[in-house]
Amino acid sequence: MDLYTEGDPIADTRAPDGPVETRWERHRFEMKLVNPANRRKMTVIVVGTGLAGGSAAATLAEQGYQVRSYCYQDSPRRAHSIAAQGGINAAKNYRNDGDSVHRLFYDTVKGGDFRSRESNVHRLAEVSVNIIDQCVAQGVPFAREYGGLLDTRSFGGAQVQRTFYARGQTGQQLLLGAYQALERQIGLGNVEMNARHEMLELVLVDGRARGIVVRDMVTGEISTEMADAVVLASGGYGNVFYLSTNAKGCNVTASWRAHRKGAYFANPCYTQIHPTCIPVSGDHQSKLTLMSESLRNDGRVWVPKAKGDQRSPREIPEDERDYYLERIYPSFGNLVPRDIASRAAKNVCDSGRGVGPTGLGVYLDFADAINRLGRKAIEAKYGNLFEMYERITGEDPYEVPMRIYPAVHYTMGGLWVDYDLQSSIPGLFVIGEANFSDHGANRLGASALMQGLADGYFVLPNTLANYLASSGPLDKVDASHPEAVAARTEVEDRIKRLLAINGDRTVDSFHRELGQIMWEHCGMERSEAGLRKAIDEIRALREQFWQRVRVPGDGEGLNQSLEKAGRVADFFELAELMCIDALHREESCGGHFRAEHQTPDGEAQRDDDRFAYVAAWEYTGTGEPVLHKEDLTFEYVHPTQRSYK
Amino acid sequence: MNLTLRIWRQHGPEDKGRMVTYPVQDVSPDMSFLEMLDVLNERLILDGEEPIAFDHDCREGICGMCSLMINGEAHGPQRGTTACQLHMRQFSDGDTIDIEPWRARAFPVVKDLVVNRNAFDQIIAAGGYVTAPTGSAPEAHSVPVPKADADAAFESAACIGCGACVAACPNGSGMLFTAAKITQLSLLPQGQPERYTRVIGMVDAHDEAGFGGCTNIGECASACPKGIPLNTIGRLNRDYLKATAKRAGS
Ligand SMILES: Cc1cc2nc3c(=O)[nH]c(=O)nc-3n(C[C@H](O)[C@H](O)[C@H](O)COP(=O)(O)OP(=O)(O)OC[C@H]3O[C@@H](n4cnc5c(N)ncnc54)[C@H](O)[C@@H]3O)c2cc1C
Ligand code: SF4
Ligand code: FES
Repeated sequence: MDLYTEGDPIADTRAPDGPVETRWERHRFEMKLVNPANRRKMTVIVVGTGLAGGSAAATLAEQGYQVRSYCYQDSPRRAHSIAAQGGINAAKNYRNDGDSVHRLFYDTVKGGDFRSRESNVHRLAEVSVNIIDQCVAQGVPFAREYGGLLDTRSFGGAQVQRTFYARGQTGQQLLLGAYQALERQIGLGNVEMNARHEMLELVLVDGRARGIVVRDMVTGEISTEMADAVVLASGGYGNVFYLSTNAKGCNVTASWRAHRKGAYFANPCYTQIHPTCIPVSGDHQSKLTLMSESLRNDGRVWVPKAKGDQRSPREIPEDERDYYLERIYPSFGNLVPRDIASRAAKNVCDSGRGVGPTGLGVYLDFADAINRLGRKAIEAKYGNLFEMYERITGEDPYEVPMRIYPAVHYTMGGLWVDYDLQSSIPGLFVIGEANFSDHGANRLGASALMQGLADGYFVLPNTLANYLASSGPLDKVDASHPEAVAARTEVEDRIKRLLAINGDRTVDSFHRELGQIMWEHCGMERSEAGLRKAIDEIRALREQFWQRVRVPGDGEGLNQSLEKAGRVADFFELAELMCIDALHREESCGGHFRAEHQTPDGEAQRDDDRFAYVAAWEYTGTGEPVLHKEDLTFEYVHPTQRSYK
Repeated sequence: MNLTLRIWRQHGPEDKGRMVTYPVQDVSPDMSFLEMLDVLNERLILDGEEPIAFDHDCREGICGMCSLMINGEAHGPQRGTTACQLHMRQFSDGDTIDIEPWRARAFPVVKDLVVNRNAFDQIIAAGGYVTAPTGSAPEAHSVPVPKADADAAFESAACIGCGACVAACPNGSGMLFTAAKITQLSLLPQGQPERYTRVIGMVDAHDEAGFGGCTNIGECASACPKGIPLNTIGRLNRDYLKATAKRAGS
């Protein structure tokens, strides 16, 4: 293809071989350790305080390293992990319902549509059980049964009940557990916390990650912080679509700056579109709100059979409704995985049968469940979600069916990492949603929280030690090192440039327009023509951005427009790479659906012969990225076409 | 609908600050309160003025970042609702709405409607945790927790750390926030070993950070978007008394 070139394949992922069940154990034994006296002399930078970064920073500090933590919010407790509702998976098999480490491994590889690395996924399933122990010990108030033991439920496409939860606020409770462990280390002087600080550049010395350039968002001061290693835990990039379920500040800047410095970006086009979100209400819309997937356990999804049926939902008789998920997927019904439910909603709306003022919505109806179980039971299960829905829409879901529509929710792609979670830059580790590992082309519900905590509590602390021990004492470097000075100057110049444009459009207006291009052409369904068009449009809009954006104020002090401008500038570059990745992947898999590649009945058609690889992109600066392929082999879970019929 | 907004503008910590009036037109009832501010900010930027700085992130009532005093009420008129979840259908055409930052000694203003709530983190750092270094945890089912205790602990754990309780309190006290964490951890078996050192550490940090004392007025609990009950403060006080008695006795 004309838009990229192909480079060498990735030869080594450092994944050990041998039986999959013993790989992590053996690797742990073979890795080197840092002796406790030396840890105190080593500094680690951790960017991000979500489940991944918070748990990593606390654990590294407990082990004796000097840790410097950064987040853009005013407190580490506000990272967007706080918003996760549904739950966290773990292979505890407390239900005795046939769950096991192997089954969680199997489900995750299959759920990811055979585009993830078996070694990593197995490790994830193994450590999942330790996560629950750790969180309980911290005082996380998980839901419990009357006997005092932990309750679990089933979630998104799983046939066992392995999801632990804390009412509708699982992410909040897990994050507060990690945050409190982190605050303890802050209080002890082992972590230096820098809230309201944004990482704007990575510093490399002799090819290794040795520091970052940050902006103090309150004073505007730019500083360079040096360390022995850098960990990015900066979350996902769903906000490239402008509208998503992510928090307003979620961004790709930390990852993108690292990518520009040499870290490969893997599978950027793998995006998860969540089927149950509250639909857009107008042009003022600033974000989309998720309605937990657990609602699909009791709600039935339908649209009118007739196009353009304007009657109110309660006036539409049973036989004029199309419960399309139950019709098309009789064995999973309303519980089909996210990508399938989302695309089905798009299809019925595209065919003119969508509901609500914009026609972009489908009903999620609880009338049957209320009749069967009683209003009280529904209230006990979903009360807080129903209230949230009513606050936003002004409609009472006990009386009128909810309206839902898919929205961008999670990004499976991210910086490429090896088995040790190290990027292609030595000394730069990437954890949580910011990396690409584990979920392949589609993430299962309740598995992101699991991965963030697995990475931060149990994987990274071991693999980082191995890096530090193997690389020997690194040269002492400080902010006056020429590479550090150069990185800092880059940041300062960029800020000056953004402030100097003084054009006639706001940052948000550009971001919205970029989001529309991406949603239209790189969203739920992609095609060659659409993606090519999107790439042209993104390039043209990016040029406009750099000529016409208006960033008021100056670089000194709090300037929220400036913060946004820097993030949107990076989204523009990422957006193009996402489209190139989507264009080059001439198959459909998981969250990536190419119109040209579907089975006769409209399901995703993978092409394992040509595309069973991770696409890791190298930045070249010329606009033409270089593709490095990491071949995926499946020794344990054999690729089949996913079927939920 | 058309509204008149009167908004607190303050360039920085040193500036005295003032209320500035902004008329806004064609506000849709489906907008959230923050989206209404977004629209105003877009206009201000194009008019060559500085947009209004305000804190927000998740916009779904869980991160605790948004922090607006709306017509003198923390998070505005709707009970159990953060400013980001408040929608304009709660207001009527022609209304005048005052928007101010949290005002409390422990929360200095950074700019416009943005304040510094670092003091809350300091309270947690002084004991709002269970010491359980990674890897040291026993099997989760080794200690059953009665469901009623787990549920009650959850109620208190729902605090989002927004600071509305402090803003609503005439004394600027942070007791409800502190008591919420104390209550959560003292209800769970895992929280017992550090129960009494925790309460002393956290209350001392609370007082040092410049929060006022609690005089049981209860404004905090009515303003709290997460319904943290006032009786958590009673629980804190009992633990604190016991803790000081223990300290005196030892
Ligand atoms: C509404 C919602 C519900 C969800 N529900 C579930 C669920 O039920 N189960 C599940 O498993 N998953 C769920 N997910 C997904 C899951 O919550 C996330 O994938 C996960 O929490 C990400 O954690 P993280 O630590 O990688 O990143 P985050 O929690 O997003 O943290 C990112 C951190 O990086 C910091 N940061 C970012 N950029 C910079 C920068 N440039 N400089 C400095 N700091 C920076 C931020 O301040 C923040 O501290 C949900 C997601 C959403 C949006
Ligand atoms: S107690 Fe309530 S008002 Fe106070 S910080 Fe917590 S959630 Fe906010
Ligand atoms: S913005 Fe997160 S609670 Fe309001």
